[in-house]
Amino acid sequence: MSAAAKGPVLVIGATSAMARAAAAELAGAGHALVLAARDEEELDAVAADLRVRHGIAISTLVMDALAFDTHPAAVERMLAAAGGEPEGVLVFLGYLGDPEQAATDAAEARRVIDTNLTACVSLLTPLAERLAALGRGWVCVVSSVAGERGRQSNYLYGAAKAGLTAYLQGLRNRLFHRGVHVTTVLPGFVDTRMVFGKPGTFLVAPPERVARGIRRAVERRRNVVYLPGFWRVVMLGIRAIPEGLFKRLRL
Amino acid sequence: MALARLQPLSGWGRFPVQACRLYRPEKRSELAEVLRSHPAGGCVSRGLGRAYGDAALNQDGGVVSHLRLNRLLDFDPATGVLECEAGVSFAEILATFLPRGWFLPVTPGTKFVTVGGAVAADVHGKNHHRDGTIARFVERLTLLTPARGVLHCSPDENTEVFWATVGGMGLTGAILAVRLRLAPVESAYVTVDEERTPHVDAALERFAESDDGYRYSVAWIDCLATGRALGRGVLMRGNHAPAAQARGRDPLALPHRRGTRVPVELPAGTLNRFSVAAFNRLYRAAHPDRAGRLVDLDAFFYPLDAVRDWNRLYGRRGFVQYQAVLPLERGRDGMVRLLEALAASRRPSFLAVLKRFGDANPGLLSFPLAGYTLALDLPVAAGLVEFVHGLDRVVLEHGGRVYLAKDATLTPASFAAMYPQAERFRAVKAELDPEGVLTSSLARRVGLAP
Repeated sequence: MSAAAKGPVLVIGATSAMARAAAAELAGAGHALVLAARDEEELDAVAADLRVRHGIAISTLVMDALAFDTHPAAVERMLAAAGGEPEGVLVFLGYLGDPEQAATDAAEARRVIDTNLTACVSLLTPLAERLAALGRGWVCVVSSVAGERGRQSNYLYGAAKAGLTAYLQGLRNRLFHRGVHVTTVLPGFVDTRMVFGKPGTFLVAPPERVARGIRRAVERRRNVVYLPGFWRVVMLGIRAIPEGLFKRLRL
Repeated sequence: MALARLQPLSGWGRFPVQACRLYRPEKRSELAEVLRSHPAGGCVSRGLGRAYGDAALNQDGGVVSHLRLNRLLDFDPATGVLECEAGVSFAEILATFLPRGWFLPVTPGTKFVTVGGAVAADVHGKNHHRDGTIARFVERLTLLTPARGVLHCSPDENTEVFWATVGGMGLTGAILAVRLRLAPVESAYVTVDEERTPHVDAALERFAESDDGYRYSVAWIDCLATGRALGRGVLMRGNHAPAAQARGRDPLALPHRRGTRVPVELPAGTLNRFSVAAFNRLYRAAHPDRAGRLVDLDAFFYPLDAVRDWNRLYGRRGFVQYQAVLPLERGRDGMVRLLEALAASRRPSFLAVLKRFGDANPGLLSFPLAGYTLALDLPVAAGLVEFVHGLDRVVLEHGGRVYLAKDATLTPASFAAMYPQAERFRAVKAELDPEGVLTSSLARRVGLAP
């Protein structure tokens, strides 16, 4: 527990394994937290855990990332819970779904795009405006290395994350001039539900390791971080494969 | 639907190794979904895999890891009552609450166990003679059962379910949460008296004479000694040290220790009777009679935790940990027969432990009963299972039983004779899980589940 009072942070999609670990990092650093997620039972458990371990103020808010109509009200409630002046916003909205289904069923494909991209944009638009009005703070969003190259096994997810990464580039550029920093996190395979038991995964990192990287990236105002860092090299290699060859691979 | 990972699993003894489908829910709803889905071959909960044998294995069936269901749910600093999910480890509890002046009320010899596993095995520690098992400190369990949904149970509520679940090896339901009463301590240290004993009789006498003066009491035994030195060893008994004894250090901080690890499995046979005999001589020599030694909690309770993956010392074939308890009246004679059988077999047992237990609790499959318990490690080698069955016969003749959390070899007949309340247990289980969703390799081996 840090003695210095730190500003409240909004954590959106707070019940995933990666979000939990990142929230614990921030709580350990002394930030009060506002947690938002869909599953109330999980949200309560995660919040209780952070309170007991770190003795900090946590508020919770039930919110459905896909219920776009409810976003403006949810954002207002989040901001109110943070006393109107959040220091930062951390977004973990990731849905891989069933890649095979997403490739053949347009409804599932849209769900993947909506969760990973549209929901983030829908929530970040008003939140970014609020931070910009304050003239300070940060936004940190978890995208994915999957957005760096589309491949047959998860390209809907990859497409959404590619869109998200580009959105964050623009947002970073825009908010830079208004005193707000934007960090894009590009994790590789992380040992969570999304990866557990899936064939073809490698170099799987524990969520705690990625969470430490997220906290450091925020503290150091990094623009784009690969987590763990070696993914920068891995993706350099994967991006360098010529498309004519890449399309023949079974990745 | 939650994904499962097909993989070979074993207990801490690395014997047996079996193919299981491992699930790892990250939300309570995912855990419920696994149970509801009636996974082929059933399923059993698993924590940190410190049961030695096949308690948390389910060959060709499902195994549900609780490691991601590890939230602390509530803590009352006035009473020390902690409510947490089953996947929380004792190590996490220590790291979080020792600095606040709270210790585990009962702890086995490793802190790398989960709360759920500790309850399911009804674990005991060096304070059993005074404090009983972990069950005495459990105020309430929240149990997810296949037929009756989420149940609360305690010694006052759903009593029968409670006494079937503590020690029930995960077969009555998946433990969601535990309310556990922690023990207040002033320091992270124990004041230890060490005393060499020339023969097993001397240790038993000293237990009877003066265990009452110690919260913690245990004896290390040299199982290779014979004749007049049979069961010679070192008694280690202690009490929590008051804060003043920490002498200048932060009384509630554990000293930092750089652990080591066994990097690869050693060739089978590294631990043979020569190397173990040499170790035993050194170990005894290193523990002269001493009173009032200040030892930190990690060193006193968890000496082997400092060596990560120490089970690799036994090589690829693994080992069996054998722990039996013999009732007080004829316990001495039975203990001598067990030690003689061990010495005669020339099987090396590294770090055998002897302790006097207090009274049994009403747990239907709970292990401890008033008497003497002996725990030993036996490397898997030719004829081991037959040898262990021979030990089982001695234990049965003396009215004792073996500990299911460590067992890998017990037969259905021996189990039935050792655990006379197994019938009642089956009746409770049938009510909670009539379709037999919850099963394990252990349960099938001893006849607790079809």
